[in-house]
Formats: sequence, structure tokens, C-alpha cells
Amino acid sequence: MTSVCFYFQVHQPFRVKDYRVFDIGQDSEYFNDKSDRSINNEKILHKVAGKCYLPANAVLLELLKKHPEFKVSFSFSGVFLDQLEEFSPETLESFQKLVATGRVEVLGETYYHSLSFLYSPEEFRRQVALHRAKIEKLFGVTPTVFRNTELIYNNALAEEVEKMGYKGIIAEGADHILEWRSPNFLYRPQGTQNLKLLLKNYRLSDDIAFRFSSKEWSEHPLTAPKFADWVSQVNGGGDVVNLFMDYETFGEHQWEDTGIFNFLRHLPDEIYKNPDNNFVTPSEAILRYNPVSLLDVHHFMSWADVERDLSAWISNPMQHDALESIYRMEEGALATNNSRIIEDWRRLQTSDHFYYMCTKWFNDGDVHKYFNPYNTPYEAFIAYMNALQDLKLRIHNFQPQKSETKEVPIKHIS
Amino acid sequence: MRLSTLLEYFHVETCYNEFKLFYIMRVLMFGWEFPPHNSGGLGTACFGLTRALAARKIDVLFVLPKRVGVGASFMNILFADDGKVRFTEIETTLRPYVTSESYVRLRDNIVSDIYGNTLMQEVRRYAMRAREVAKNEHFDIIHAHDWLSFLAGIEAKKVSGKPLILHVHATEFDRTGEQGVNQEIYDIERMSLEQADGIIAVSNLTKERLVKNYGIPREKIRVVHNGIDECDYLVTPDRLSELKRAGQKVVLFLGRITIQKGPEYFIRAAKRALEYDPNILFIVAGSGDMERQMILEAANSGISCQVLFAGFLRGEELTAMYRSADLFVMPSVSEPFGLTTLESIIAGTPVLISKQSGVSEVLVHALKTDFWDTDDMANKILSVVSHRSLKDTLWGNSREELKKISWDVASKKCVDYYEDILR
Repeated sequence: MTSVCFYFQVHQPFRVKDYRVFDIGQDSEYFNDKSDRSINNEKILHKVAGKCYLPANAVLLELLKKHPEFKVSFSFSGVFLDQLEEFSPETLESFQKLVATGRVEVLGETYYHSLSFLYSPEEFRRQVALHRAKIEKLFGVTPTVFRNTELIYNNALAEEVEKMGYKGIIAEGADHILEWRSPNFLYRPQGTQNLKLLLKNYRLSDDIAFRFSSKEWSEHPLTAPKFADWVSQVNGGGDVVNLFMDYETFGEHQWEDTGIFNFLRHLPDEIYKNPDNNFVTPSEAILRYNPVSLLDVHHFMSWADVERDLSAWISNPMQHDALESIYRMEEGALATNNSRIIEDWRRLQTSDHFYYMCTKWFNDGDVHKYFNPYNTPYEAFIAYMNALQDLKLRIHNFQPQKSETKEVPIKHIS
Repeated sequence: MRLSTLLEYFHVETCYNEFKLFYIMRVLMFGWEFPPHNSGGLGTACFGLTRALAARKIDVLFVLPKRVGVGASFMNILFADDGKVRFTEIETTLRPYVTSESYVRLRDNIVSDIYGNTLMQEVRRYAMRAREVAKNEHFDIIHAHDWLSFLAGIEAKKVSGKPLILHVHATEFDRTGEQGVNQEIYDIERMSLEQADGIIAVSNLTKERLVKNYGIPREKIRVVHNGIDECDYLVTPDRLSELKRAGQKVVLFLGRITIQKGPEYFIRAAKRALEYDPNILFIVAGSGDMERQMILEAANSGISCQVLFAGFLRGEELTAMYRSADLFVMPSVSEPFGLTTLESIIAGTPVLISKQSGVSEVLVHALKTDFWDTDDMANKILSVVSHRSLKDTLWGNSREELKKISWDVASKKCVDYYEDILR
């Protein structure tokens, strides 16, 4: 029996506008670009909602109605949900409709899609708690499976996540970790008692997410029957095929004219043609299957780039500097107890800011350039550090006032 | 196999090998003095290209204007071991970047009456002398660098019937920042470009300029970006280390102080940046007809004590200056290439360059700005001086990038072009 487990990541950062040194102390709106550039958050959100979220949600809703056993899962970053509330409530509603079917699971993550686990475990716990509260408020469900930003993962994270009460965790099925082992089984993270680990089958996932429309790919064009056949081949050699990808794959990375929506529309029918196949959510997979062995992941891994490590966010001196600078401000920012300051400080923790500063393959105009709304990684760094300088000034000059909002208390689920 | 077939086969093989092994292309090149006796990128480019051509087994007969004190003997020493390059001098007062006015000033100080009274006369006289050189030498192709030697190239072509390639490092539009183009110079450039068999432009920017302002068909122009060879640059210690220990940051402008190089934008950006960080020293290194105006502008802006004019530098002083800087700024209004930026990177200093520059086409790891956007320039300058990590990342990556921008690459493109033209 093979279960197919879909998890879609849905995230949009608050991109920093072209914030110049002259703006420091004058302008504390870092994220309100109104230009035609792709750092205009509202514009981007509307564009992606039109190309991806709304049409893809419509296809999923149609599939959920048609197939009573069809299931998927999502992980929404808190900053994405904030932008839906602000710019596109109708898109939020369409996601709520999906979750309301009871067959769409929502995963837990850090509210700010941050790298906080690497720099401040305390802040990490706070952001996870904030995220959980947000999901409960908007969708009326409580996540029981966790996925960390960009699938950044190691033993220590798994231990922490178990302590926080989660039943399962998601990570990349990286070759250098798995070696001869298969991603199509559940594992037990080293150092945990009950937590179960689901690993991304990156070959099958990337066939959809990256290679779907690639004419150089020998399997092009990818059809639903062909893909269903590959999934069925796992039968007997695995319990669950984890297809994890950015939701923007549908309509944004792979445009509608590539046939991606039709592929999605027909996939469940084709998967069901083999009676041994079915669909599960991550928490169902955890109930249904047992881990086959311990998995020891000492060094951090992620789902980014071929390296599957942290180098997309933390490799050059600018990235180190920016990250250390933002986390150095933790105590000061929290001490103000001012919700606007704390909110801005947290929005500036979103991993995308550091991704934009990556110079690894800037030469070759690759995927990093595609995902970079700034002209160069240097301009991304300059705008970011200027904004940080302003925030520092605000923290420094802050005079406490009465009636401040309270931090959400950290509450573990059980 | 019949004997005749075998011989035929053998013969063909021999010829082919002969062609490969013994056929040597010879280039008659009209160029300019090499560093450290040069006064700008033109001489540096001539040197880098000539050496790389020699390494590719191309014979170069290099013709250059003779100047008192320096000359072919110095240049012969540079190529003493390789035997591929020979130098010939022509006595003239021409030198790169000369303008009609500066020529007349220079001419007034010379007693000898062999030189032309005006720049144009001298350019024509130089061309006639070049004709004599060409008559007495054997070569396959002629290669001339920039307008002062274009007529020499044309005369050499007339007398020898060999194809002529003109190498454009700058046009009259670049030199004048499009203000006050000298019609006579433009006419010489245009007429020469029309008569040439092939044209090399140092960037796409220059190529487009030749198409737009000179009406040259695109297909007649080949782009060969300049290069740089690390071995030519010694590591010289920073000479401003005392100042820098005291917390001063150094931002450098280095180039001719002429309208082309945009010095006034540098001064304006300095003024803007100093409003936010008074601990920056702005250094203007170079000389040129706008020097006085720039000193006055700095004084009028009240920033004289933070803007130093270092004069024209060469050799160790030049590399030490590059090295002292935290950032090198090239705000050129019109820059066909901009070799100084590559020199700066080799010396250890990252660069902020104008988008209106040829080097911008090959250098990804540089900060880029529109030359007129002095606010943007100041913003970037301030970021580099306040974040060491930005300087380090920029420099580290640009240093890696330089490995792909060598004279070897440029010379390969030239040789391919020679072969295409000769075919």
C-alpha cells in the first residue's frame, strides 16, 4: 500500500522597500513599497493570488468534492496570513473553505518564517506559539505536525519540537543523510521518544515543482498517468510518498499554460487507478505507520539548492552580519514592549531577506536571481541594514507608554 | 593504396601541418606607451593585449609615438625574452587624451619645427610617417588603437593593401561627455571607421555608440572587452593606515578630472554622504581640465577638509592609493570600459561604478549607480563604509570574478577576428 502525502508551503515575506540611509529616523514604514518593482508586497500578493492561490484552491476544492478520500496539507507562514488579511481577504476565505472540509491539514511553523531556531531558541518558541494562535483563530484547528522554515532540520530541532508537544516533523529527504535508505518510510529522530519524521521524496516532488515544464527533461511532458505510475512503483518498497513543494508551483512557478492545473486536476483519478494507493495527511501518516529506524541528523539540512544546507541564507559575510545584527536586537526590541517595534523586528527576521543577499551563484543568473526582487544581493543588504538602523534608533529612543499589548504566552499543546 | 594517392595524402597533411606550425600571423599595430609611462587605460590596454597576443604566437610590430625620455628601448626590455614583439618609433608630439587646445599649448613650448602647428596637422604628419613604416615592413593585418592613430592605420592600409582593424577605446562623444564634440575629430573617426575592414569595440556600450552616432552597421563591429592580468600588479602596503586606524574611511575617485569621468558627481555625492558621516575622506586622484573647478566646488560646499586632491599618480603610489581606499568610485558619464575598476579590485578595494560603463557588462560583483543619482551614490558609499561585511563580500566575489576577465580571453577574441577578416 502506498499513501501519497501532499504538503504545500504557502509563504510571502514582507519585502523591504528601497530604504535609503536618508530615510533613517524619518520613515519607519519598511515594507510599503508602492512602485512597480517586485518589492511591492501588495502587488505581488495580488499577482500570485490571481495566478496561483485562487485557481489552485478552486481545483483542490473541486477534487475534495469529487474524491471523498482525497487529502492535502498546507503550511502557511504567519506573515503570509497577515498579508491575506490586509490585501486579499477573499483568498483567505478560499483557504478557509478548504480547511473546513476537514480533509486539509494545517502544519505548524514559525510565524515569521524565520531562522530563529538557529539564533534564539526562546524567540523560536515564541514565534511557534504565535503561529499556533493565528492558525487556531483563522482556521479553528491546532497543528500537530511541525515544519521548520525551509525544512531546516537537525536532531536538536526534533528534540525541541517534541518537547513542544508535536507528534511529527517534516524534513528534506536529502541523499547525504539517507544514503541507501528510502524517504518513503517514517523515521524516528535521534534523541526523541515518540516524534515521527516524514521525509520529502525530492525526486518525485521536484519532478512537479521544478521539472514539470522543462523541455530539456527527457520525461517532458509530464502527464498525470505517467506520474501516477511512478508513485505506484513505490508499492512494496515504502509506506508513504511525501510530495512537498511550494504552493506557488501551481500557476506561478509553472504557469497555467504549461498544463500544471490540468495535471493536478487529473492526478487523484490516476493515483486511484491503482487500488493500493491512497492519500493521507501528515498526521494520518503518523497514526498509520511506524518508524523503520532512527535517523541521526547532526548537522543542519534544508530543502534549498543542491547543497541542501544553510548556505542559501548564511554563507557570505553580509548574511552573517545581517543575521547577527537582527538577533542582537532581541533584548532591546522586546524590552520596549511596543507591538509595532516588536512586529517590525520580527518581520525583519523572515528568511527571505537573507536569501536575497546570497551571492553563491549570482554569476550564473540561476534560481536565486529568479527569486530575488532586488537588482543585486548588495542592494538587498543595503536596504535591509538601513531599515535595521532605523529600528535600532526607534528602540533606543523608545519611551514606554501605558496600555501596551501583551506578548502571547508560550503554551505547549498536549 | 596507389603511390600517387599516398603522396597526395601526405602532401596535404604536410601543408596543413606547415600551416599550423610555421605560419605566423604578423600584426602591424599602432598603439600607445605602456605603463608606467602611460597616462590612462589606453596604454595599459595596449600592453596587456600585446603581451597576450605574443603568448599566442602572434608577431606584433608595434609602432608608437616617440617621446623624450622614454621609448622603445624600455618596451623592448619588457618583451626581451619573447622575440614576438618588435617596436618602432615615430617622432611626434602626439599622446593619448590630447585635445586641440592642449596640443597647441604643448606645441608652443617646443622649438623644433618638424611637428604640426595644430593637432590635426600633427595627426596627419604622423599618418604620413606611418606610411613609410608600412612600406618597409611585412605584415598580414593592421590594428590601430583610437582616433589619433586611425589615419596612420588608413595610410598603412593604402600602401600595403592589407586589411585594417580599428580598435575603439573611446569616441569623441565619450571624451567630451557629449558636450562640444569636435567636428574635425568626429569626421576623422567616422571616415576611418567607414574605411576600416573591421572594428573592435571595448564594450557593447561602445558598439551601440558607434552604431548610433557614427552610422556603422552592427555586423561590422566585434566586442572585445578589456582584461587584466594579476601578475602586473604588486601588492603595496596601504599608506593611509594611520589615518584609518583613527577611524577614517577612504573613498577614492581615480581618473582624469574631465567631464567624461563625472568628477562633479563624486563631489556632490561626497557632500551628501558627509552630512551623515563626517569620518570619510574623499580622495580625488588624477589631473585634468576640471581640476580647478572641482577644488572650488569642494570649497564652496564647505567640505574641503574632507576632500583631498592627490594629483596624478603612477606605479607604487597608484597601487598604494587603491589599496588605502574602502571603496573606489567611478561615476563616469560615459565610460567605454573603465580598466581602473579592475585595478582597484586587484589592489583589494571593491568598486561602485556607473551603469553607463562598459566594465559593468563584465563585472557583476560591483555596486552600480546612475552617475547623476548622487543620492543613490551617497547611500551606497555610506553602506560600504559602515558595514565591513558589505565591503568584504563585494570584494571577495569581485576578486573571483576577475579571473574570468583576462587579456588572454581578449587576445583569443582578437585572433579569431583577425582570422575571420583574413579569410
